[in-house]
Amino acid sequence: MGEMEQLRKEAESLKDQITAARKAVADATLPDTVSSTAVVGRVQLKTRKTLRGHLAKIYAMHWATDAKLCVSASQDGKLIVWDTLTTNKVNAIPLKSSWVMTCAYAPSGNMVACGGLDNMCSIYNLKGKDGNVKVMRELAAHTGYLSCCRFLSDSEIITSSGDCTCLLWDIETGTQKTTFAGHLGDCMSLAVPGDFKTFVSGACDFTAKLWDIRDSNCTHTFSGHESDVNAIAFFPNGNAVITGSDDATCKLFDLRSDQELITYQDSSIMCGVTSIAPSLSGRLILAGYDDFNVNIWDSLKAERVGVLAGHDNRVSCIGVSTDGMACCTGSWDSFLPSFSFKGQDNVMRLCKQNKQQYL
Amino acid sequence: MNLKNNVRLRHTENLLSSCFREIDENIEDIIMRIQDETEGVPVRTVKSFLSKIPSVVTGADIVQWLMKNLSIDDPAEAIHIGSLIAAQGYIFPISDHVLTLKDDGTFYRFQAPFFWPSNCWEPENTDYAIYLCKRTMQNKTRLELADYEAENLARLQRAFARKWEFIFMQAEAQVKIDRKKDKTERKILDSQERAFWDVHRPVPGCVNITEMDIRKCRRMKNPQKVKKSVYGVADETQSQSPVHAPAPRCRKDTKDDMEKEVSFLKTQLDRHCMKMSKVAETLMSYTEQYLDYDPFLTMPEPSNPWMSDDPTFWELEASKDPSQQRVRKWGFSLEEALKDPAGQEQFLRFLESEFSSENLRFWLAVQDLKRRPLQEVPDRAQEIWQEFLAEGAPSSINLDSHSYERTSQNLKDPGRYSFEDAQDHIYKLMKNDSYTRFLRSNAYQDLLLARKKLETDQGRRTSLEKFTRSVGKSLSGKRLTGLMQSS
Repeated sequence: MGEMEQLRKEAESLKDQITAARKAVADATLPDTVSSTAVVGRVQLKTRKTLRGHLAKIYAMHWATDAKLCVSASQDGKLIVWDTLTTNKVNAIPLKSSWVMTCAYAPSGNMVACGGLDNMCSIYNLKGKDGNVKVMRELAAHTGYLSCCRFLSDSEIITSSGDCTCLLWDIETGTQKTTFAGHLGDCMSLAVPGDFKTFVSGACDFTAKLWDIRDSNCTHTFSGHESDVNAIAFFPNGNAVITGSDDATCKLFDLRSDQELITYQDSSIMCGVTSIAPSLSGRLILAGYDDFNVNIWDSLKAERVGVLAGHDNRVSCIGVSTDGMACCTGSWDSFLPSFSFKGQDNVMRLCKQNKQQYL
Repeated sequence: MNLKNNVRLRHTENLLSSCFREIDENIEDIIMRIQDETEGVPVRTVKSFLSKIPSVVTGADIVQWLMKNLSIDDPAEAIHIGSLIAAQGYIFPISDHVLTLKDDGTFYRFQAPFFWPSNCWEPENTDYAIYLCKRTMQNKTRLELADYEAENLARLQRAFARKWEFIFMQAEAQVKIDRKKDKTERKILDSQERAFWDVHRPVPGCVNITEMDIRKCRRMKNPQKVKKSVYGVADETQSQSPVHAPAPRCRKDTKDDMEKEVSFLKTQLDRHCMKMSKVAETLMSYTEQYLDYDPFLTMPEPSNPWMSDDPTFWELEASKDPSQQRVRKWGFSLEEALKDPAGQEQFLRFLESEFSSENLRFWLAVQDLKRRPLQEVPDRAQEIWQEFLAEGAPSSINLDSHSYERTSQNLKDPGRYSFEDAQDHIYKLMKNDSYTRFLRSNAYQDLLLARKKLETDQGRRTSLEKFTRSVGKSLSGKRLTGLMQSS
C-alpha cells in the first residue's frame, strides 16, 4: 500500500501549504478594517402580517421573485402559496407525502417544488391550463431525504439530500444531469447566487462547499464549524458565503481569500442556527435559532443589532424578499392538531422595518 | 462536570433539544448518583394530613447536593442545571405541571427509568388520549384533569372520533391494571406518568423540549429503539416513522478518492488568495454602496409599502420611467444595469448608437438558451451560431480565435453551456469598454441628473446645437413679450 501512503503524505503536505498560504493573506481582520464604518444602530422589525393556515410544523419557505408571493411547506402535508400582502392563500397544494422539508419558488413564478422524507423532489405547475395545480414531475434518484431545492430556471433545478450529494436535474425529462458528490455528511441546505453558475451547500460534515454547476467540481471547501451546517446563503456581492450551524454560530467565508472572515457568536447563545438570510446590502444578517429567536447581526462589525422574539417555537426558516423589503419567518408549533398556544397557531410572520417604534 | 457542558447549561427559560442530545449521558450519570443510597439526597416518606407522601426529596436538598457534588459555587447555577434536568423530566415537582427546580421545601420525585428521555420517546396522540381518558375514569382528586388537559381531551375526542371506542377500551384496560397495584406504588407511578406527559405534552406556556428535527433523528444514540407507545398501542393513522432508516455506511478511502483529493488540494493551492484586508474593504464598500437601497437600513421613498400600505414604491420600481435612484444603481455594475429592464433597454440603445448592439444581443440570446427546455437547445444553439458567429453572420460578434475554436467545437454536440466561453469573453468586453462609455454618455447622464428630456429622439445632439436652441428660445420669448408690452 505504498502508493496510498504516498498520496496521504502528499495530501497532508498540500493541506499544510494551503494553511500557510491562507495565513499569509490574513493580514487584517474584518473588525479592524471596518472600525471606521458607521455603526448600524439598533434594528427593530415589526410583525406586519401573520400568515395562518398551516396545521403543523412549518419546515420551509421561499419568496417568489416578485417579492409579494411566497410558498411554504408544512408537515400537515400542504404546500401553500401566499399572497403576503393580503395574507390570502393563492394555492393550497396537498402533498402525497406529509414529511416535507423544503420548498422552492421558480424565478419565473410558474412553478414550485418541494420534497422531504420521500427522497423525491416534486415539481408543481402553478400556471396549468385549467387553473388546477398538478404535479408536473417527480424527480426521484436520491437515496436520502430531500433537504433543500432551488430552481435555476423553469428547466433546471438543484437538490440537496441526506444521501450526502446534490443533484442537478433537467425538469422537462425528469432526469438527473449532474451529481455533486464530496460531502461526508447529510447535505442540509443549498444556495444559488445571481449568476446561476455556481452554488454552495452546507452539510453535516461541518463544512460548506462551493460547486461549479457546469463541470460538477467542488472548487472550495470551507471548514471551521464545530457541528452541522444547517443553513447557507450567498452574501449579496456573490463573493462570500454565510453559514449557520448547530454549534450556535454563523460564519462569513470569502471565496477569494478562501477562508473564514468572521464568526457571529455570543456566549449567551447556545442553541443551533436553523436558517439564515442577508439583507439586500448584506450589512445585516438575519439568523433563526432553536431558541425561537431571530438574531440580527451587523455583518461587518459582528455585533448583534436586533432580535425578533415573536415566535412560540423554533424558527425553522427565514427569507428576505428579493427587493429587501420584508423578511418572512416560519416556525414550529405543538404536536396536537389546532392546538392553540398563547393564541398563535403555526404561523409565519413577515417583518419589516419600523423606525418609529421603540420597545 | 465537563466545562463545555457547564457553559451550555447556563441558559434562559427556553430549553433546547440540541442540548438534550449532547448531554444526555451526563444528566443520567448525575441522576444515578443523586439517587444513590449513601452518596445521594435523602429520599423519604413525608407525613401530610391523613396520608403519607412517599419517595420525595425537597428542592433545597437537590440544590445543595448539586452544589456540593458538581463543585458549583453559585446556587443560581445549580438551580439552572437542576431546572434543565427537571425539564427533561428526570425529576419533577409532585404538585405542579411546570417542570422547574425551586430552591425551597417543594417536594420532588425521581422519574422512573422507563420514562427517561434516553429511551427516545415519541409518544403518539392515541396514547395521550388513552392517558387522559383513564384519568377521568378514576375517582381521585389528585387525578382530576387541569383545564388545559380537559381541552386537549375534547380536541382529541374530535380528532379520533372514529376510533374513540377503541381508545376508551384501552383506557379501561389500563385502569384495571393500575387497580391491581399497591396503593403507595400507585401514587408514585401516577405521578411519574403525569410527569412524562408534562414533558411530551407540556402545559400551555411551557416549551416542548422533546421536539427534534427529523433530519437529525437518524444520528440519535439508539435510532432503532424509538419508543412510540406507552400503553402498547400502535397508531395506524400515523405513517410508519420513516426517520429511522439505516444511516449510510462510511466508505473507506480508495486510491481514486485520494487522487481526487490531492488534485482538489492542488487546485486550491494554485488559486490566488486575495488579501483579507482587500476583501474586507470590498465588503465594506459594497455594503456602503447599497446602504441606500437596503430597506432595513434606509427608509425607501416615497414609503415602505409594508408600513404604509401604499404600493407606490413598487409601481415606481416597475415603471419604464426610472427614478434617479434606480438609474444611479445602473452605475454600480454592468450586472445591475442589465438586471433592470429599463437599464437593459437604455444600454442596448446606447450600443445601437455605437453600432455594437450585437454583443448585448448575443449575450441575451445565450442567457435565454440556458433556460430553454433541453429539446429546444440544439436548434436554438445553431440559430445563435448562424446569427452571431458563422461566416458572414448578420450580427457578427468579435471573438478571439481561441474562444471561437472552442465554441465551434462545442457546437458539434450543442448543449446549454456551448457558448459559455464566448459569453464570458463578450461580457468582459462590454463591461470594460462599452459600459464605461455608456455611463459617461449623455443619455445616461441625463437620466441620472434628471435633466429635461429632449423633445425629439433624433439621436445625440452636440452641446453647441443644444446651446443655440435654448438661447434662441429665450430670445424669441423676450421679443414676444416686448412686442406685447409695446402695443
